[in-house]
Amino acid sequence: MRVRKNIAISENGFIFNPLTGDSFSVNETGVFILQKLKDGENEETIIRNLMDEYELDASTAEKDFNDFLSLLKSFQLVTNE
Amino acid sequence: MNKRKITVAVTGLNNIDSPGPGIPVIRGLKESETLDVRIVGLSYETLEPGIYMHNLVDKVYQLPLPTAGSAVLKERLRYIASQEKIDVLIPNFDAELHNFIKIQDDLKSELNIATFLPSQAIFDERQKSELGKFGEKYGIKVPESHMINQVLEIRKLEGSMNYPLVIKGRYYDAYIALSYEQASSFFYKVVAKWGYPVIVQEFVTGTEVNVTALGDGKGSCIGAVAMRKLYITDKGKAWSGISLEDDELMAISRRVIENSKWRGGCELEFIKTKKDEYYLLEMNPRFPAWVYLANGCGQNHPEALVKMALGEEVKPFTDYQSGKMFIRYSYDQIVDISEFQQISTMGER
Repeated sequence: MRVRKNIAISENGFIFNPLTGDSFSVNETGVFILQKLKDGENEETIIRNLMDEYELDASTAEKDFNDFLSLLKSFQLVTNE
Repeated sequence: MNKRKITVAVTGLNNIDSPGPGIPVIRGLKESETLDVRIVGLSYETLEPGIYMHNLVDKVYQLPLPTAGSAVLKERLRYIASQEKIDVLIPNFDAELHNFIKIQDDLKSELNIATFLPSQAIFDERQKSELGKFGEKYGIKVPESHMINQVLEIRKLEGSMNYPLVIKGRYYDAYIALSYEQASSFFYKVVAKWGYPVIVQEFVTGTEVNVTALGDGKGSCIGAVAMRKLYITDKGKAWSGISLEDDELMAISRRVIENSKWRGGCELEFIKTKKDEYYLLEMNPRFPAWVYLANGCGQNHPEALVKMALGEEVKPFTDYQSGKMFIRYSYDQIVDISEFQQISTMGER
């Protein structure tokens, strides 16, 4: 799973998708995950990073990550390629 | 750098809540880096706001309504040409284009006014009523459309088409009907305003995306910019929009312009479905009212059109900035009655 080409992510959490013209605001955790995806990190690593950064147990981190990922998919911000 | 002085006549000064493209076209021309453009505005009604925009429109002449025909239009332009040396004329209304296309050669040979319009055949090819054939010819998906002259024909179409249906006028207006009762009411509404035929179109669900484009008439697409509306008025007009970066949409748009050998500005209206398919809803034969966004993204289409009309070679634009937005606003101009009187009684100001 990776962030689609040309998606702009600003440090303050503003996301712009130039393919659809949609823009979004995400919180600090959202930016954290999106940056990791953009850097090409795999899902296991991102979940581990979330656990470390936010002191989460494995199941909460995995559930929150997957929820966020399905949101990203529904807004065409990530792709399987 | 010394800018070359030219005079361009422009119609579509109705910069109202459903705006004509005239003022955005003029803004593009005024921002040319190589041309110093004097604008002669051509109006149809005395309350078109552009008439009174002295910073953009240097002189204004009234034109006869398109229903008066091409001979009356030519006569009026002959008078205007005796007062002004007009280098290029850009018509911006769908309903007037037929007359201008008809007299374009005479304008050049008799009055030395250049235009940059398609031929009548190519103009007719993309008429709303011919959309099915147009899509087939150029390999573009289009919604199923039928032209009807009687309201009862909607009943016959119900056998092959499902509601909602889109009921459209031949030039403007489109209504979404959820039932026969609504469809028949919209039918009469459209007929009262635009006459026959009425177009009944399949409703394609998705996101509307539009492209403003410019063709050189020889098979090249000189420029194209894609936009999605962000805010729509109750008349369905964009009050705000944003430029997109969509390679497939650009490829389809270029194919339409190149294969049809379109000459001049145009607007392509598409629906992008959830399956990422693009359906062409309409090809409007003139610049859209949001054409100034193209300028804001780095493609000055009105300037390029004027240069081509003057016989110059224009290199195609290769890219533009996505994420540029336009946000319209309304503005009250204060006009003295004497100026209104001038245009009302003399037909010019």
